[in-house]
Amino acid sequence: MQSLTPERRKELELKANDVRQGIIRSLLSAGSGHSAGSLDMADIFTALYGAVLRHDPKKPDWPDRDRLLLSCGHIAPVRYSAMANFGYFPVEELLTLRKFGSRLQGHPERVKMPALESTSGPLGEGLAQGVGMALGAKLDSKDFRVYVVTSDAEHQCGLHWEAMMTAGKFKLDNLTCIIDRNFIQIDGSTEDVMPLEPLADKYRSFNWEVLECDGHDMASIFDACERAKQTKGKPQVIVAKTIPGKGVRYMEGDYTWHGKPPNKEQADEALRELSAARERILANV
Amino acid sequence: MSSTDVMDRAAQTMHLLDYRNGAELKQLPTRNGFGEGLIEAGNRNANVLAICADLAESTRMEGFKKAHPAQYLEIGVAEQMLVAMAGGLAATGKVPWIASYAMFNPGRSWEQVRTIMALNETNVKIAGAHAGVSVGPDGATHQAIEDIAIMRVIPHMMVVVPCDSVQTKKATLALSETFGPAYLRFAREKSAIVTTEETPFEIGKAQTFRDGNDVAIVACGILVYNALIAADQLASEGINCRVVNNHTVKPMDAPAITQAAQECGAIVTVEEHQVHAGMGSRVAEILAESHPVPIEFVGVRDQFGQSGEPTELIEHYGMGTDAIKAAARRALKRKR
Repeated sequence: MQSLTPERRKELELKANDVRQGIIRSLLSAGSGHSAGSLDMADIFTALYGAVLRHDPKKPDWPDRDRLLLSCGHIAPVRYSAMANFGYFPVEELLTLRKFGSRLQGHPERVKMPALESTSGPLGEGLAQGVGMALGAKLDSKDFRVYVVTSDAEHQCGLHWEAMMTAGKFKLDNLTCIIDRNFIQIDGSTEDVMPLEPLADKYRSFNWEVLECDGHDMASIFDACERAKQTKGKPQVIVAKTIPGKGVRYMEGDYTWHGKPPNKEQADEALRELSAARERILANV
Repeated sequence: MSSTDVMDRAAQTMHLLDYRNGAELKQLPTRNGFGEGLIEAGNRNANVLAICADLAESTRMEGFKKAHPAQYLEIGVAEQMLVAMAGGLAATGKVPWIASYAMFNPGRSWEQVRTIMALNETNVKIAGAHAGVSVGPDGATHQAIEDIAIMRVIPHMMVVVPCDSVQTKKATLALSETFGPAYLRFAREKSAIVTTEETPFEIGKAQTFRDGNDVAIVACGILVYNALIAADQLASEGINCRVVNNHTVKPMDAPAITQAAQECGAIVTVEEHQVHAGMGSRVAEILAESHPVPIEFVGVRDQFGQSGEPTELIEHYGMGTDAIKAAARRALKRKR
């Protein structure tokens, strides 16, 4: 099994910092949108585009590409920022987020930007579509993999469980579900609103391989994805422990940042903090 | 027409069987035509898949399952999954047909249909079985009479309601070979077959099944037969009705509807569905903009169904031949 070299890890950490800065800038420009979940998935999206996925930003319709679906479409800013920072479109376009005529819709629309792979926003629907794609690959003996990023709260949707059951039935070992396990949702803690634990055991009982990772540690994310790739005969779930708002201290762990953007002052503060973090990454190793 | 042995020009052009003596017509459920069409679609294209939510026999996917086992998938009682998984399969180049009762798909799965099939423009085809009150004894929970309404409001969605088993087979094949999200609606109970192999079929092209210029009866589904019988009986009262088989609710053949209004001056719509927001409502929308004429709507009037025999229910809810005839007389009266 491969692991990340320290140099590669540093590169990815710098990239994740760029992705976070892109999120803040686009949310400020939009004047609405979801901050906390977007920031907390920056490391995972960076690891996926930077080290895990088989993809080519110049050939988004390559038939053998791995598919990455964002089920919880409200954290679109992180996906857009990651895509821009990995060459799918110019970084400046991030400032069109949520604006009239933009490809960067408030929630992702595949028809406007095919590399998004699916249209999402209504929760609980991504894994089900990922199951279809993974099954399509199996039917045609294709070797691409399917990754579905989900929020923890969307595990309260019935359809997600239908998808879990179906993935188990068809033994879709080319399918990996990644859970942004940040324990928050709009109305508070997931465990108060509608408890999900023991989440890992629930997946195991549906015939899934359960993996865990620190959602803010590049090596941990990469290792979990590598182990997922080597799993045979079962779909895999990676429960990624994340901190909502990660990277911006005043947002971290505060569920009230779920669905709002920073104002100008707050954005400036966030960008100063992220720039300082960037200097620290450069100074290390 | 009933006094002559020769069918009218429209019926001849459409290669219809002589429906005037109903006893001689073969009776088969429209769902059988779906089953046959699906097998043929699978023969023509290995990417055609059939996915069923635990109703293979009654939706008539059973035959496809035997003919093309490698193209058949079972996912159990999970209609939202049916749509969402089919969306994913379509994204890999498959042409998935998904089947359940219309009441559950699209009844239960509407948001997935809107987001994953229509907004996302995927090539998924819904087979809505057991539509209408003619489901019979199962009762109101299983009688979809709002499905046309919820499907026709969705952008990009094709909605097709064929008139008999033979036409349902043709519609299944045509939709399989036309890219885009689609809803095919058909029924459980046996109904008269009036079309033949030679009868043309084209999505979006309404068909004149009977000539006449006093009133145009615009019908879809198995009630097209009732419309023809009603028209035939009205002829003996000196009322000459045109009968239009308006099988494609969306995209509807607006020029044909407008032409019927211009030439007949009054319209009766007939469908096994709520009169609110169904096929007839779309006819009214078209005519309100192009050529307003009196319209009478035959269908269920803001009620739920109930258990009973199919014919009994069709009569009770005002969709039998007498009800159609009464509507035609009212329409004619309003013309003046």
